[in-house]
Amino acid sequence: MLPLVLVNIVVILIPSVSSVIYSFTDWSGIGNATFIGFDNYTTMFGDADFRNALWHNILWTIFFLIVPMAMGLFGAYALTRVRRFRLLFRVAYFIPYIVASVVSASIWRSLLSPDTGVGKILGVNFLGDRNLALGSVAFVNNWAWWGFLVVVFLASMQSINPNLYEAAAMDGAGPTRQFFSITMPSIRPTFAFLGLMTIIWSFLSFDYVYILTQGGPAGSTDVLSTLLYRNAFGTLQAGYASAMGVVMALISGIVVAVYLWIRKTRNWEI
Amino acid sequence: MSLSVKLPLDGNVGEVNRSNAASRTRSPVGTAGVFTYTILTALVIFALGPIVLFFFSALKTQNELASNPLGLPQTWQWGNFIDAWQQANMGAGLFNSVVIVGGTVILTCFVAGCAAYALARLEIRGGSAFITYLLVTSSLPTQMFLVPLFYLWSRAGLYDTQFGLILIYVGLFSPFATLLLRSFMLTMPKEFEEAARMDGAGELKILLRIVLPNALPGLLTIALVTGLSAYNEFLFAITFIQNSDLLPVSTTFFSFQQGFTQNFTLISAAGIIMIAPMLILFLALQRRFIDGLSSSGLGGA
Repeated sequence: MLPLVLVNIVVILIPSVSSVIYSFTDWSGIGNATFIGFDNYTTMFGDADFRNALWHNILWTIFFLIVPMAMGLFGAYALTRVRRFRLLFRVAYFIPYIVASVVSASIWRSLLSPDTGVGKILGVNFLGDRNLALGSVAFVNNWAWWGFLVVVFLASMQSINPNLYEAAAMDGAGPTRQFFSITMPSIRPTFAFLGLMTIIWSFLSFDYVYILTQGGPAGSTDVLSTLLYRNAFGTLQAGYASAMGVVMALISGIVVAVYLWIRKTRNWEI
Repeated sequence: MSLSVKLPLDGNVGEVNRSNAASRTRSPVGTAGVFTYTILTALVIFALGPIVLFFFSALKTQNELASNPLGLPQTWQWGNFIDAWQQANMGAGLFNSVVIVGGTVILTCFVAGCAAYALARLEIRGGSAFITYLLVTSSLPTQMFLVPLFYLWSRAGLYDTQFGLILIYVGLFSPFATLLLRSFMLTMPKEFEEAARMDGAGELKILLRIVLPNALPGLLTIALVTGLSAYNEFLFAITFIQNSDLLPVSTTFFSFQQGFTQNFTLISAAGIIMIAPMLILFLALQRRFIDGLSSSGLGGA
């Protein structure tokens, strides 16, 4: 147990606590830090870049709560109803999830490129157009993500007692009715947990934005984590970046607290 | 589950009659028709098509890629892989990744193994509080501690070293690995350990001779999950290693892709080289991979 505690304290606990402390200072990363109270936090809420990034994270969250969740639920439910090739489908859907984000980004950068691939055929610059860039990056990230949801939902759906479906079918319920009356209520804990994790991860999303657009063009894909990264290592405002990290942690904390509260008041099992 | 009941399906799945009462009473599932299979297949194309096209791009000449981006290569340019290997420095990147991933996996298995055993078997005071703490730290936003960690590592001389990155990965991945391994160990029978204890075997001997062999499948699962995460990791790799001789393959590939030579055929070839080891490992051990990785999503179930 001791090794785990030690490595955890050094890598996670000490930096996390320092982050909270630095967030109240004007630390540049080098040299001394001066205590400036809540200045970083008040600056943040007046910062147009911050609000822009936060808004993109909210749009990102909405996208990821709808598109991959719907694809995951649909894919998993369809797989419970087929007999042949189920394992093969499951493996195929899961493969994009194990492809490294740098490579997935590269795959889609060349596919969407206005010089080659689909972008050329359609005459659209997916990653270079301010109005399309955020959606395109989210689309690429979703490509790597939705198959994971299929597999998790499928695992959850396979533990449903098949007699329930049998009884529903006897009563004349079709596949759609069975999905909403049996499947969804049965997998609700998994569904709620993945919804929770989707929200948390959406506020931390970094790789695809950083690799594909670096937040551009003109800030149209900037999210909190890329803004934080620029502040920390580009403009050397480590104190300000720490404050952003704390705000991101607070957002996750609030989401988790709401989830736990709902679970408690509704008496869901863990 | 009734899923194992084999229906006498004839080859054509489309022929399965929706109102076939016999098949419905035998099994409530498996009544899907052509429509379901069509959509499932379309999803397979969506998932794998881009990777296949990427592979084809790696085998084209640059001119051909520009004129015919979506088709099959006319002549298969296998030499692209050799060029990409040399120009993108993939050999060094893969070697560094082997060091980093290997170090991460070994240390994580050790750290998580000890802790999981303690939490699963030895009655430790505050054990459940510690489990909650692990749950919290494994879902804490890494961005929150990224900045102080960077300056802490600079001062400790761990910045721009492979050991420094390994240590971070162990810190990041060990909470989840511990929880996974603990739940695996809880399913292991206690009887053997108790019998050995009655025979007077010491705790260390029990650990090495009985617990370790029994826990091997669980250790293999966390090794795969941790190894894949470390191999694919990007944010910490690009932040903590700058020395081009030490870069793991993810950032080696990234810097090649960002470079001046926007040669998509070689970028594709380098990308295929990067994902090939993990794809092969995944296809060989897919059930263990999927079970281990998806358990991170079943936390609420």
